[in-house]
Amino acid sequence: MSEISYAAPAEIDHYRQRALVIGVVALVLCAASAAIIKDRIFFSYLVGFVFWTGVALGSLAIAMLHQLSGGNWGVVIRRLLESATKTFPLLAILFLPVVAGLLFGDLYEWAHIEKVTGKEREILEHKKFYLNTLFFLGRAAFYFIVWISLTYLFNKWSREQDETGDRRLQRKLQILSGPGIVLYGLTVTFSSIDWVMSLDPEWFSTIFGVLFMGGQGLSALALIIALLVLLSKHEPLASKVKPAHLHDLGKLMLAFVMLWAYFNFSQFLIIWAGNLPEEIPWYIRRLQGSWKWVGLMLVVFHFALPFFLLLSRDLKRNARRLITVALLVVFMRFIDVIWLIAPEFQEKDFTARKLGIVMDFVALIGVGGIWMWFFLSRLKERPILPLHDPNWEDAES
Amino acid sequence: MKEEPSPIYGLMAEFDNPTEIVAAAHRAYEEGYRNMDAFTPFPIEELSEAIGFHHNRLPLIVLIGGIVGCLGGYLLQYWVAVIEYPLNIGGRPFHSWPAFIPITFETTVLVAALSAVFGMLALNGLPRPHHPVFNVPNFKLASRDHFFLCIESKDPKFDRKQTRQFLEGLGGKVSDVELS
Repeated sequence: MSEISYAAPAEIDHYRQRALVIGVVALVLCAASAAIIKDRIFFSYLVGFVFWTGVALGSLAIAMLHQLSGGNWGVVIRRLLESATKTFPLLAILFLPVVAGLLFGDLYEWAHIEKVTGKEREILEHKKFYLNTLFFLGRAAFYFIVWISLTYLFNKWSREQDETGDRRLQRKLQILSGPGIVLYGLTVTFSSIDWVMSLDPEWFSTIFGVLFMGGQGLSALALIIALLVLLSKHEPLASKVKPAHLHDLGKLMLAFVMLWAYFNFSQFLIIWAGNLPEEIPWYIRRLQGSWKWVGLMLVVFHFALPFFLLLSRDLKRNARRLITVALLVVFMRFIDVIWLIAPEFQEKDFTARKLGIVMDFVALIGVGGIWMWFFLSRLKERPILPLHDPNWEDAES
Repeated sequence: MKEEPSPIYGLMAEFDNPTEIVAAAHRAYEEGYRNMDAFTPFPIEELSEAIGFHHNRLPLIVLIGGIVGCLGGYLLQYWVAVIEYPLNIGGRPFHSWPAFIPITFETTVLVAALSAVFGMLALNGLPRPHHPVFNVPNFKLASRDHFFLCIESKDPKFDRKQTRQFLEGLGGKVSDVELS
């Protein structure tokens, strides 16, 4: 086992620099577009931030899940997941433009309660205990502290496991992962309420946090499958990634596709059946006008198409076909996050509305480029395969 | 006086570790044998590929079952709620498709699962009280710690003498699989 070098392939450097350049250019474009679309750019930026935070969080959840459940499938993606969880310090910095949108822009209506009148004002006054600037920032700081501490410990013990192979570290990682998943569930629920649901402060849905968990797991898994297939063109992954691994990961992706559809449909069915005036505006905004087509696109390309394709055993075992489906899912995750956030921009400025959609994609690429650069830099620091993971089925080979 | 040998089901080679049987299966496949089967105490993924894992029709049966369950469940509700016994529930349309989805999902799973079970039974011929492979003296060890590779006599390349020599050359202990 020791003769083979498990160092990450050198090609990563190439991808890394390219990602940084693309990211910076796209973010500069975003900043420049603020001159035309004004406050709408904060919504676009929020789309980018929420998506990439979701990838890091989904990776954290899957990494902890793998510690608890075991299994050969997780060994080949473990280092990719761990590197993704190391991006929380960067994401904390990338949160600052959202804070700017809160303080100086019109991103969150509840933060500028003095501009609101009538019945709405009354509701916002009532919710002021939770929805106020100071508490919002305090909560955000708390989420990042939890995520950074969790991932710091997780990666520290994982690194020690690589270096020493001490069996007790496995136990430590498991003991951290159990409560870690509970903390993940709570922080994701509250952060999704704070950052996305409160865009419409009058609307509420109790399944919202769970909907994010399903989405984050899917974003992370699809992206990591795509990266794994790309990296497995090079050694050492080329000889270690077997069709059986891709098969398992494909099955998991199918499960997440169904989970996402299940959560989203649950929310829709309950609100549709209840038909209450305080609940339905959220769907009316998203299922009327042009957004209706986006909603339909989600049903077809985020659920139906990947669902039917991933049923096939041959597709899941074929790297080229699997990466095509994974990239489709990543793209549809973009669309889903846009669909969740962008319709909340309700000003009558049509240039901002139209150009805003374009900027949503630019922001996704911008935040994504920076995130990818940081992620690949972390990935390069350590062997690309976990040396002493007890889940190696062929540990002796 | 030479006795004409009675027809047999096939020849069974016995191995005592998984590596050997996988290697033997590969060799047999290269040699051109196709009608063979392997019996092991635990699943060995390489082995099913080595003996030329073939697709069977079960996934298709399950898919068709699922589609039938899906359409059947939906149409049943449509027929009840729209045609046969329309009720006005809170002013909602008779054809309230979102409310139909959970039941449609359930009937899809139900019919797909039933077709999986019964399709499997139909394709593999179970339940079956006896099979010739059980005539091999040591065969009960297949569920303990021995590994068996059987080349069936219906294989076009099967020749009682040559196949036996071939299997013995692979290092297995070979015995006839009597038909009864």
